[in-house]
Amino acid sequence: MKESNKPEEIKEIRLESGIKVKPVYGPDDIRDLNYEKDIGQPGEYPFTRGIHPLMYRKRPWTMRQYSGFGTARETNERFKWLLGQGQTALNVAFDLPTQLGLDSDDPFAEEEVGRVGMAIDSLKDLEEAFADIPLDKISTSLTINPVASVMLAMYLVVAEKQGIPWEEVRGTTQNDILKEYIGRGTWIFPVEPSIRLIGDIVEFCSKNVPKFNPFSVCGYHIRESGATPVQEMAYAFEIAIAYIQEVLNRGLNIDDFAGRIAFNFDIYGNLWEQVAKFRAGRRLWAKIIKERFGAKNPRSMTLRMIAGGGGGGLTIQQPENNIVRGAYYALISALSGTQTMALCSYDEAYTIPSKKAALISLRTMQILADEMGLRDTVDPLAGSYYIEWLTEEMEKKIVECMKKVEEMGGMIRAVESGYIQGEVSRQAYNQEKKIQSGETTKIGVNKYVMEEEKAEVEIHQFNPKVAEQQKKKLVEIKNQRNESEVKDALSGLKKAAQTDDNVMPHILKGVKSYATLGEITRVFKDVFGEFKEPTGL
Amino acid sequence: MSEKRIRVLIAKPGLDGHDKGAKVIVHALKEAGMEVLYTGLHKTIDEIVGTALEEDVDVIGLSVYSGAHLPLSKKLMEQLKEKKVSDKLVLVGGNIPLGDVKVLKEYGVAEVFPVGAKLDGIIEFIKRRVGGHNERI
Repeated sequence: MKESNKPEEIKEIRLESGIKVKPVYGPDDIRDLNYEKDIGQPGEYPFTRGIHPLMYRKRPWTMRQYSGFGTARETNERFKWLLGQGQTALNVAFDLPTQLGLDSDDPFAEEEVGRVGMAIDSLKDLEEAFADIPLDKISTSLTINPVASVMLAMYLVVAEKQGIPWEEVRGTTQNDILKEYIGRGTWIFPVEPSIRLIGDIVEFCSKNVPKFNPFSVCGYHIRESGATPVQEMAYAFEIAIAYIQEVLNRGLNIDDFAGRIAFNFDIYGNLWEQVAKFRAGRRLWAKIIKERFGAKNPRSMTLRMIAGGGGGGLTIQQPENNIVRGAYYALISALSGTQTMALCSYDEAYTIPSKKAALISLRTMQILADEMGLRDTVDPLAGSYYIEWLTEEMEKKIVECMKKVEEMGGMIRAVESGYIQGEVSRQAYNQEKKIQSGETTKIGVNKYVMEEEKAEVEIHQFNPKVAEQQKKKLVEIKNQRNESEVKDALSGLKKAAQTDDNVMPHILKGVKSYATLGEITRVFKDVFGEFKEPTGL
Repeated sequence: MSEKRIRVLIAKPGLDGHDKGAKVIVHALKEAGMEVLYTGLHKTIDEIVGTALEEDVDVIGLSVYSGAHLPLSKKLMEQLKEKKVSDKLVLVGGNIPLGDVKVLKEYGVAEVFPVGAKLDGIIEFIKRRVGGHNERI
């Protein structure tokens, strides 16, 4: 039997971003591309191929698994164990009460203390979390948003107590509130004062903690909430632009802080689409920072990112398959020129990772770095007809999508009105329908399904006793601290919050006096109020 | 003769911010012709029960991904019992381990739809359990 080669008999393939893929690509597809202008050498504008000239030849990507659970002491042990296994940086998971500025004794924190991350109520906890970990050698990513200012202050005081000057402290506060309104949902205050807090942190860091990334814009969670890869990049860039605008309005120069902007992106789905997404994103971001904001320093124009395997691609069914998915996601991440990698572990469709699952993720990245030749040469997919063509197409689509947001008056307006939330949830619904109908294949879910299977992975067990331990500790701290110092700091903070004063020095004072996270957040709630959620439905 | 549309409250109790699943269900139930209210994030069980009574819904769907589904569902069922409310169909969805399904049903939850549950199955279940009682002239 002769196989048909007629184009009309070949099934149409469309990527999630809507781009139609031809069966074969050739020189004609990239005829208009100019290497110098459109692609450029690695480390050179427009940075399509990577932000450093030598990339992994010089240094492998940073490996930073998201971890934290229970108490600070337990988390400290896990940190040290991961570092002992060759992990090169930390990525801290806080429990939901901490992320939402609630102390462990708050009635609304019930059942959540220490569940999806570690519980931090006061400086005391953070001191324990980083005991024996030298904060000038290890960079730390603090996954916290509306109360990032408080956690940053605590972290800086811990460094100070270790005798490390702030100039030497390296790390990142996630501190991306706009994406919290779109997905992930740990928001507290209304949009405007939340953006102001981000501005305060950027301003404070640019003057006092120069090696710290004050925010990391997360396309990741937007994609996890259902967005396409194009929307992921477009919305992340529009969010970053909103923060940049806030900082520029304070009189800072773009080159004072743009080199410290970090991004956090998601990886799952079509391999080529993801690689092209990152190459297109790097090029477009460089253009935006140079052309629109007039940056002079090339470093300001570089898209620095953590790109990790996303939970969105993992399945509850046949959970060991997620180990394989994670390995492919890590491969994509390395082929995309990421700076930092983190992988969701195979059990993350169930809960936070077990020790074993975290180790497999770490080893996955190490195998890739040390066995597979991924570090040999920079951007090995460059020059591929398909990849270069797709990079162009993705860039065009991202620009189009950004335009829609800008026509609405920018990201702040688009989030306040619920427009973005609506777009993302509609996309999530469409994607779910495609999976349920089988149009989009998901192995173990709608193809090669195994009946009567029982998931038999060993998963992390939540310890309900953590809440009691934290409550006891809070009582002790409140008994030991100097109450008038706490009151002074909190009233100073309130005044700063009510005016244009930078809140950071006041938070630092509060943290040092062992004012709790909940007490500090309460001051902000009293002054700023709370966010009213437009669901976009 | 007109048929009263089934009224559903999709609720996000507690601190968990994963709302993708809840919103997908809202879209699906609306498309199936139901009237759907969505609470938004960070609601207490008190608030959810209050809204359910005020809006006179037929179905309460709790969506939980943080792992706190057992205590939250228990609290909801206790409150409904206290208020002598027995005409609400309670469903739970989210990141629910298979072993917890039985426990949730013992609390009085009518059905559990973990991640990956078929949308058609959820719609059909609601229509079967609520639809018949709601035909009014």
